[in-house]
Amino acid sequence: MMKLGRLAFMTIAFFLSLGVEGCAQVAPWQRGNLAKQHMALEPYPMQGSFRSHIYGSREAASGISSSEGGGCGCY
Amino acid sequence: MLAPCRQILAANAGDVLPKCELNSIDGGRAIDLGEFKGKVVYLDFWASWCGPCAKSFPFMNQLHHELGEQGVTMIGVNLDENAEDAKAFLSQYPANFTIAADKGEQCARQFDVKAMPSSYLIGRDGVIRHVHLGFRQDEGKELREMVEKLLAEKSPAADVK
Repeated sequence: MMKLGRLAFMTIAFFLSLGVEGCAQVAPWQRGNLAKQHMALEPYPMQGSFRSHIYGSREAASGISSSEGGGCGCY
Repeated sequence: MLAPCRQILAANAGDVLPKCELNSIDGGRAIDLGEFKGKVVYLDFWASWCGPCAKSFPFMNQLHHELGEQGVTMIGVNLDENAEDAKAFLSQYPANFTIAADKGEQCARQFDVKAMPSSYLIGRDGVIRHVHLGFRQDEGKELREMVEKLLAEKSPAADVK
């Protein structure tokens, strides 16, 4: 039983360590691609908030996307 | 992990100018930073994708126009991975000061550039006197004052005479 736990631990540690390879230092001057608009989490914030407003009102799902108000769309 | 290595490379205010050679942007003569000794150098690292860099260009043009003859050398070091991007940027924001490239990113490493843009004010004695990270419109005045202060200092060569 102890042996199995150890093996499981080793296996998990091995797969976790694979992830370390994904870490790299990106120098400030190498961030050209990261600075592109389509790399942003929310490339169009205005459009995004508008869409979530429509979604919230039309789906009557206010609260689910952390927007306020009721289902009538009249905030 | 790399913190100790970075410490050695870091160029801060008070450090002597690191030795590094800049390339010309269109493959011309290389620029050696050592040749500007006795002059005040405003060294700016920029890239086409950096918004504040675009804002700093009119300021640097003005500084070059007004203080260039008094002994300030302005050098804009481009750090774009694609030289075409830099050319497109320059056609939109023309620079009347020297533009250089840093192929192989050697200078950027030597100066340990921490932000885009980074401006290094180098005194007549070849010592980095001020490092300015980023650029905002209202910081121009302060930078200009610092450059003027450096200009007012005597050249070390003049002391020898």
